[in-house]
Parts: sequence; structure tokens; C-alpha cells
Amino acid sequence: MSTVSDFVPRVEALARRLGLDYHPVDFEIVPMTFMMEVAVYGLPVRMPHWSFGVRYMHELIRRSMGHSRIFEVMFPGDPCHAYLVSNNTLAENTLVIAHVLGHADFARNNQLFTRFEQMAGTHIVEHAAAQAHRIEAAVAEHGQQRVEAVLDAALALEAHVDVNAELHRPLYPAHPDTTERAAADPFRKRFQRLPGEKETPAAPKEPSRAPLPPNPEYDLLWFIAHYGPELEDWERDIFLAVREESFYFHPLFACHIMNEGWASYWHARLLREADFLPENLYVDAIKAHSDVVRPFAAKQQTALAVNPYHLGFSMWEHIVEKQGIEAARQVCREEDDFGFIRNYLDRGLAEKLGLFTYEARQDGEIKITGRDIDEVREAILAPRFNYGVPRIHVSELRHDGTLVLGHDHAGDGRGLDLERAARVLAYLQRVWRRPVALNTADAQGAAHEIKCP
Amino acid sequence: MSQDVPFPGGQPSRISAETSWYDLFSRGARDWLRHNEKVRDAVRQRVREFISSPDVVTRGEGRTVLVPVRLLEHARFRLRDPEAQAGAGQGEGKAGQVLRPAQPQPGDDGENGRGGTGEGEVTFVLEFKIDDVLDWLWDEMKLPDLKPKQSTAVEDAELVREGWDRRGARSRLDRRRTVKEAVKRRAVQEHPVPFTDDDLRFRQLVRRRKPATNAAVMFALDVSGSMGEAERVLAKTFFFLALHGVRRQYPKVETAFLAHTVEAWEFSEEDFFRTSGTGGTTASSVFKLCLDLTRERFDPARYNLYLFYVSDGENASEDREAAAAALRELLPELNYLGYVEIRSASGRFSETEMRRILGELQHDHPAIGIQQGARQEDIWTALRAFFQQQAEQAQAAG
Repeated sequence: MSTVSDFVPRVEALARRLGLDYHPVDFEIVPMTFMMEVAVYGLPVRMPHWSFGVRYMHELIRRSMGHSRIFEVMFPGDPCHAYLVSNNTLAENTLVIAHVLGHADFARNNQLFTRFEQMAGTHIVEHAAAQAHRIEAAVAEHGQQRVEAVLDAALALEAHVDVNAELHRPLYPAHPDTTERAAADPFRKRFQRLPGEKETPAAPKEPSRAPLPPNPEYDLLWFIAHYGPELEDWERDIFLAVREESFYFHPLFACHIMNEGWASYWHARLLREADFLPENLYVDAIKAHSDVVRPFAAKQQTALAVNPYHLGFSMWEHIVEKQGIEAARQVCREEDDFGFIRNYLDRGLAEKLGLFTYEARQDGEIKITGRDIDEVREAILAPRFNYGVPRIHVSELRHDGTLVLGHDHAGDGRGLDLERAARVLAYLQRVWRRPVALNTADAQGAAHEIKCP
Repeated sequence: MSQDVPFPGGQPSRISAETSWYDLFSRGARDWLRHNEKVRDAVRQRVREFISSPDVVTRGEGRTVLVPVRLLEHARFRLRDPEAQAGAGQGEGKAGQVLRPAQPQPGDDGENGRGGTGEGEVTFVLEFKIDDVLDWLWDEMKLPDLKPKQSTAVEDAELVREGWDRRGARSRLDRRRTVKEAVKRRAVQEHPVPFTDDDLRFRQLVRRRKPATNAAVMFALDVSGSMGEAERVLAKTFFFLALHGVRRQYPKVETAFLAHTVEAWEFSEEDFFRTSGTGGTTASSVFKLCLDLTRERFDPARYNLYLFYVSDGENASEDREAAAAALRELLPELNYLGYVEIRSASGRFSETEMRRILGELQHDHPAIGIQQGARQEDIWTALRAFFQQQAEQAQAAG
């Protein structure tokens, strides 16, 4: 009987021939229980925290109700790590291997992934494991309560990072150096050489320290780790570890539809062109493909969510058909989901896929609102805005150590859920140890301040 | 086990066969247990609240209680729920078409009811040992433990091994001792024989008296027409907690459930709380029944006796002398008598018949506790007062 490893070299040879370019992949065949944990933790080995236990239980329940099935989990890196479930059929695992090669190609070429790789290296899975061990050591040294308090705060702010900044970014300059920069500005130099312009006297040296932060700071984890007045070093390390993992997860989050679509496109194509596969295995694999890449659950006519596999797959087929594989490769390198959906989900395709927008009222009524292409695009993208979290920044670090956060409620359209926000502030205050405040809007849209204590 | 796959051009990928130790990975389970620990702590904070639910009290005999709890949520910043949530879907349908009608009542649907976490509301049941719960309770209320009676009259006889003798029944021959004696003797004798009669050692038994560790609790409840359903629930909670308070101290506790109107009867525990009677109240009937029990079943010499009595305080005035007389006879046999009068706030300041009788007896018998209450919270106050008073009594007596 053939096993999956019989086909791997030939599938890979085919993939390289078709132009897939990827770091090698370490495949491991693991039991379902392990797979679920990997899916829940987001990394093969990650720091312990009770909230993962809750997610794990949700996952168990969902699985026991037959709502979800995990075929594979893949971690970009060099090498990439991919896990296959041991009770998948041979056909399913062949499909999954082809799928993973698509992911590996995406991860090596997409600019968000390569940028992260340049900043953090290619061994994040190993970093995370090492960090998990350090945190376990911290538990032994400082006690579960204290470590858990830090993780409560850091993980609650997990997505509040500034992914546009560097992973390793320098601290703010201690003094504002506006004058020197102004003098060095080439435009200003040329301007001053114009006839009739006098040399402006150098502004007196600014004696005061720059305010902290000099501008609204959206990287909460970074700010807390570096400017928390009473944090101990091991606590700062935990904040920075969570931040690094968050940077790692960001490309996966920001390119979800593209990435799953790309992998689905390639598994379909690889299987189609793999003439060495036995006929029945091919048929079974294609059946598994259509189970994953489908718009709605069996026997249903509508879905209230867009399946990223199906949407991405359809879009890539559409792009390759219209513009060729080279153009598709360029899109794959340069875009994230925002650019991908806005630039490449056209009206014709949206109609073909039957995409619509709907409104779900609090009384439970759900109504189709329309099929306008711009609204469809924005409805698909809305949950992916700003890493999926409200926009919150550090607005001020006061002299007494009070941390003042601000929420851009005008931009986000409404205020925060106050009860949860108060609980997050309470987590944060335990670590920050000085007062913490947050400005947002209440249900009426009026300014509202939450304070802890 | 892993196997390298030969690959032309570029580094090959690897595929490893199943590694069995992954089965031992249980981080999910570990973090789930930690979550449960946190839930337990949270429940512990609210122990009073949930133990006063009637469910807990009825199931008490099972030695565990099941407490429904909600999963903890790790809070994150999120926007408040909008009036209407927009989304993208896929399928057939025209603009304005209703895919799902409004739900009759928000909150009926477990998923939409509360918070709307999107993950649905998952509740699960944690099992707690009654003893643990009571330990928390005692910790929280800082209740002292009960003291057994100090009097020498309380005793059980028991046989214990004590020492050895050269004579005795064959069955008590201690071979090890005997051989030891023989070895010692042979070591100093010039021409030793293997065994002599002098080597034999027999275990001895002696009869010793030990203080009784048994307790008996008599619960007496006024079930006359004036005691309503709410009063019963309070009485039940009180009895349950009092019983467990006694159980904490004594390994073996026997109980008797007595109800009375103008007459008194003994009931099984199940029937006890369902009993209701009509008509007047004659408390002397139940005190006499207690006296009978102390004579027939609960010998005061062998039992630490407790009587807890709950009533609304009303008693026929012509019964006053009879009740007082019965109590005077009963009180010397009891470790403690706890009386809870369940009365609404309106009647709080007037003195009732029962209160008057017991109040007078309190001068000679300090081991009487009188408390009054109409709400759940009063039961806690009563319980605390009783246990503290009891501890002071025991201290004074000791």
C-alpha cells in the first residue's frame, strides 16, 4: 500500500517545475488532539495561559458537534513546519501536502511575510518555544499569580501593535531635536540662500524633555514594555515576546483570503497535473477539495459568511485566467487582502459568486441589504481592519506615572464595550502599577473616561 | 522517525512519521485545568450565594454539589455591539429579502442572549465536594469548630493492646517477642535449650474508656399553619448548614427530624421538609419527644446532643408551663440548643411566647442560642452567632 511519503517527492518535483519557490517544509503527522492544540495556540509550542484552555474547550465542543475539521496547520519559516492529521485519508493528505506547498510559496514571496522574516529571522517557531520555556521558568521563580497577571495584560493587548514600525525599534529621543533637523533640511538651506533671506537665528536649545509619547503611540505592547515605570525585566520580556508573536501572526491575518486562496489554487492545479496519482486517489482528493473550497455548507443556498478558501480560490483562478500566472505572482508578492479584494474582486466575479451584503439586527432579524460591489468589498474587509481590533493609542504618560490611553471612536464609528474595556484596564493596571485611564465614547457618542483604579 | 526525501534542486522537504509522544502533549488540557481552578476560586468568592440555593441543600446528602458556571472570558478591547451588524454573505436572494425573521424574545436563544461573544455561551458544571465548600464557608465566616463535651460521663469502652505477659491464651502468642526472649536467654546460657516456657510472651488486652465522638442532632420544626413556604426554605438552609457544622467535628452524626403542631412526630429527612400541618402550636409536644429520644436512642452519656429548633415563635399561652418544664428537663442533657425565630421585620420588636420561655431559661442554661431572622442573610448571622457562642461555652466549661 502506498503512503503519503511515496507521493511527496513527485508532488514537490512537479511544484518546482510549475515555478513554486519555497523554503523546504518539515511535515509531521500528528494525532488530532495535538493538531487541535496547535490550531488553538497558533504555534506548536506557546506560552501557557488559561484563555487558551477556554479556546481549546470551544474547539473541542465545535468538533464534537461536527462543525469544524482541521486538515493541516502550517507555520512559515525556514524550514516551514506543517502538521498533518494522522487519521486523514491518503487522498486527503496528498491534497493537504499540495496545499501546504502553496502556502510555503506564498510565505516566501509575499512582501509582508518577507518583511517579517527580515526583521525577526526564520525561526520564530523555535523562538516561541524557547519563550514558552522561559515563561515556565518565570512561573517557577515568581509564582503563577504574578506571571499570569502579566500574561493577562499582554495577551489582552496582543493585537495592539504597530506593524508598520520596526520589530526592533529604538526608543524615542530624549529631547526633541526639531531645530537641527530643520537646519539640515535641504529645502530650507536652499531657501535661505535666496537673496533677501536672512539667516534665521538658531532657536534656543529646548531645555524641557519631550512629552511621552511624542505622538500618539499605537504600539501598546512596545510602549508598556519600554516605558512602564515599575515593570521588572522579566515582565518586559513577556510583553516583548507577545509582541514578537503578534508581528509573526500579522501577515497570516492580513493575507488570510489571498493565502488560503493561493494554496487552494495550487493544490487543485498540482493534483490536476499530477499524472502519477492513481485515478481513485485523484477522485477522492478532488472530493476533499470541493468539501473545503465551497461557498456554503451542504444542502444550503446561502451563507452568512464568505468562505475565504472559496473566495480566494475563485479570485486566483479568475486572475490567472484573465492575466496569466506571472501577473498573479506579482499580485501575490505585492498585495495584502485589502489590495487584493479592492483591486481584483470585480463586479462580474462578485455577481458570479453571488456575494451580497446583509444586516443583522439585535432582535435577530437578518436581511439582505444589497449587492453593490463597493459595499460587498468593504463588508468583507471590515473585520480585517487594524488587525481586527479597535484603534487604541497611548496619548500621555503623566509625571505621576498615570498611563492615559485614547480610543479613536470617531474613526471606529462607535465607542468601546465599556464593561470589557474596564476589565482590560484592570489587567493592565496590575502590571503598570500606577493609575490607568482610557478615553472613549459612551452609547450616546459623548466622551467617556474609564479609570483604574 | 523521519525519512529524507531525495529531491532534485533545492533543499528537500522532510516528512516524519507519527511520533507517539505527541499523544502526551496536553497543554490544552493543562490550561483548561488552570481555567477551572480560576473558576473554582471565583465560585469560592461567592460561596454564600450558591450554597443558599435550595438545590445545593437538597443534594447535600450526595456529598458533592454541582454548580453550573459560565466559561471565563479573557477580556479584550472591542467595540460596543452596534444596532445592526453589517456583513458579507454568499448565495441567492434579492435586496430586502429577510433571511431570518426577528427572534421572538432576545435572551431565549442562548447564543444571542448575553454579551454576544460570537462564540456562543458555553456553560458547564463543576462538581464540588460538600466538605470543601463547607471548609471555604467556615474559613470565610471564621467559624470556630465545635467542642465535644468535656464531662467524663461521655465514654465508650474499647479493648486495646497493651504490653505482654508470660501467660495467656494461645491465640495471643507473640512469636516475634518469644523468639527474641529465647535469643537473649541463649546468649547468656552456657548450654542453652532452644525454647523454654519462660520465653513465651502473650499479648495483653485491656479495657479502656475513651470519650464519645458520636453526636446526635435533633431538628425540630414548627409546621403549624403560620409557617409558610419561604419560612420553610430558610429553616431548611439553616438545618443543612447546622448539620454540616456538626459533621465537621464528629466522625459519626445521627439525626432525628421532628415536626410539630399541637402534636409532634418524627419524620424521615425527605418527608420532613414536605410536611405541613394546620392548627395551633404546642411546643411542649416536641420537647417531650426529644426527651423520649434521649432516653431511647441518644443516651446523653454516649452522644453529644444538639437541638436546633425553628419556629415563628408562636405558642399557645396555656402551653407555657408545660414547654418550660420539658425544656428544663431536656437542657442538662444537651450540648447546645439553637433556636431560630423566623419572623418578618414587622414583628421584630414584640416578644413572642417562645422567646420569652427560652429567654427565661437562658439564665440557668447558657448553652441556649436565640436568633431571629426573616431573610437568607439572617441565617448566616444566626449560624455564626451559634457557633461562636458554642465555642465560648466550651471554652468556659473547659
